[in-house]
Amino acid sequence: MPLIKDGAEIEDTWTFLEGDNDLPSSGCITLPLDKLIENADALLARNQQIGVRLSPADDPHVLTPYIDRITLIAINFPKYTDGRGYSQAQLLRRRLGYTGELRAVGHVLRDQILYMNRSGFDAYQTSRADLPNVVKALEEYSAFYQPAADGQTSVFSRRHTKA
Amino acid sequence: MYRYDEFDAQIVKERVDQFRGQVERRLSGEILEDEFKPLRLQNGVYLQLHAYMLRVAIPYGQLNAARMRKLSKIARDYDRGYGHMTTRQNIQYNWVALKDIPDVLEELAEVEMHAIQTSGNCIRNTTSDHFAGATPDEIMDPRPWCEIIRQWSTFHPEFAFLPRKFKIAVNAASHDRAAIRVHDIGLQMIKRGEQVGFEVHVGGGQGRTPIIASMINEFVPEGEILDYLEAVMRVYNRFGRRDNKYKARIKILVTETGPEEFTRLVEEEYAAQQVSEKIALPQEEIDRINAYFAPPAFEDKAETSDAFERAKAADPAFANWTSVNLHPHKVAGYTSVTISLKPIAGLAGDATDSQMAVMAHLAETYGFDDIRVTHAQNVVLPHIALDDLYNVYRELDAAGLATANESLITDMIVCPGLDYCNLANARSIPVGQEIQKVFADPAYEQDIGKLHINISGCINACGHHHVGHIGILGVDRKGEEYYQISLGGRADEKAAVGQIIGKALRHEEVPGAVKTIVDTYRDLRTTKDEKFIEAVERLGVEPFQEAIYAAD
Repeated sequence: MPLIKDGAEIEDTWTFLEGDNDLPSSGCITLPLDKLIENADALLARNQQIGVRLSPADDPHVLTPYIDRITLIAINFPKYTDGRGYSQAQLLRRRLGYTGELRAVGHVLRDQILYMNRSGFDAYQTSRADLPNVVKALEEYSAFYQPAADGQTSVFSRRHTKA
Repeated sequence: MYRYDEFDAQIVKERVDQFRGQVERRLSGEILEDEFKPLRLQNGVYLQLHAYMLRVAIPYGQLNAARMRKLSKIARDYDRGYGHMTTRQNIQYNWVALKDIPDVLEELAEVEMHAIQTSGNCIRNTTSDHFAGATPDEIMDPRPWCEIIRQWSTFHPEFAFLPRKFKIAVNAASHDRAAIRVHDIGLQMIKRGEQVGFEVHVGGGQGRTPIIASMINEFVPEGEILDYLEAVMRVYNRFGRRDNKYKARIKILVTETGPEEFTRLVEEEYAAQQVSEKIALPQEEIDRINAYFAPPAFEDKAETSDAFERAKAADPAFANWTSVNLHPHKVAGYTSVTISLKPIAGLAGDATDSQMAVMAHLAETYGFDDIRVTHAQNVVLPHIALDDLYNVYRELDAAGLATANESLITDMIVCPGLDYCNLANARSIPVGQEIQKVFADPAYEQDIGKLHINISGCINACGHHHVGHIGILGVDRKGEEYYQISLGGRADEKAAVGQIIGKALRHEEVPGAVKTIVDTYRDLRTTKDEKFIEAVERLGVEPFQEAIYAAD
């Protein structure tokens, strides 16, 4: 499935490990949250890139002790109507200070991508929007009322900032 | 009234372009109906029984002549010549073609209007007191904060896919005309010394599970309110139920979690906000928005008006209308006028394109260009000089807009019901019309006094039956329409959910039962000053039950 990041389609070098498979000792792997926590000590001792995939009910605060060691957080949207991932993303970026890749996976649609971007996502794995459309979706608005995780200055503030 | 600056105008323009693209992609089949649904819903486009319905936002019910004329033009050009005022202070068009909607939105943008977030599981239109800025019983004008909340909630990236729809109401008067205790969040503006702030009520609502909101904070200073709302919204977005549509509103989260634990979660989230996460609304911005709501240039006038008194003496119908449809004004010599959209046997809340044009003309000529839509589906001209009142009345009367029944028994809230809505189980409009006919004699109706009848055609309660002094709920029994009657509901500062008084009645029994209830009240009231709702609170529902069901 295509992966779009920073305005380009990129190759996905990560492997998502579900179930009870043994953890490989090399390569970039992404694990469900409970599996990451279970094996945290062993995994983080290795010289290996570690990622985690969050489900909607997962509490991102659990990642606090590992936040500097994780280089990919994938947030799963099983249905686009389930908006919990937006709060998870905002918490990770703005409260927990996560700076690695934040990837939206699952039911990711063109018209949700701007909200995702504003909430702190920087990568989108989707079969429902091609690169030109994603780029276009991100350019549909030029002003935003409220501050969010994308660092844009809010309209509330822009009105009172001298140019 | 608030006017758009370049940012507001740009955002609304970009929305029109975006939606035009979305409609094109839908019509070409590039996006599926299931995926188009949330996009159209966040733009107020519903698929109804007969056609698409477009719901246009009227933020806190605020219009002016130009906006009202545009609504009139849209009714004429794109609909069948009328629009329907809603209990959310919005307007709905029932017959707009999907392909035309981008053009309608473009026309709306010309008068600084839109349909953003008028449906969908997001933060909806913020509602308020329709007498805001005019009524003597308010501590301040709530509209500036409604406008700030409108802007903050518009395209909020974190709260566009909530578990369910979300409604915020703001009130600043001692009497609650905004029904804040039956909203997801209800804000009551208060002052502590010179500090302005908000009492925060959360988890009220109607629908299948009517619940009166819990107060979770007695005082949030105005400068912190948006950050506090973010905390409430985040707790709801993360923990609100998503497994069952009918348990997804915040009222269920508050009830199931318990108001104390819910409050603790909000306070914990609020306390955890770092400086970098704060909205940091500049004081200059609060001042800028407040400035738009400065009072108009009222003239120095006496409390009474000779012209007004003479007209009343000469025209009894006018005198009667003024005794019912006026609300006191904070400035001497002025009044607030309710234009009832509830003529006997009419369609509650409907206005034709020519009626809208008349209301626009009156606002412009006599009313400081100010018009409001009320949550009771009427229209208000908030600032009319008593000297001009007779002129206003005559134009209204000529347009069929001078029904004298504001807050009386024939001024009902009625949902569209089975005649229009694909959720309804029973018709609402004909039942309302038949009840109106029973009380059509003005002397009889005025003797009864203030009495709110609210009618819903299904359990979703769009007609607010739970909080009607008399509530009527349509239900389906094996293909036949039945109606359940409740008493004692109210939506104001003493908000309460009505109590069902007995088995549901057949359609044709309803008007008679309502008459029995009303006549029982007239027999039992202590004096004519004891209102219906007060009598029900004093007596309980038993005497009314007995009067209706005794023969069984």
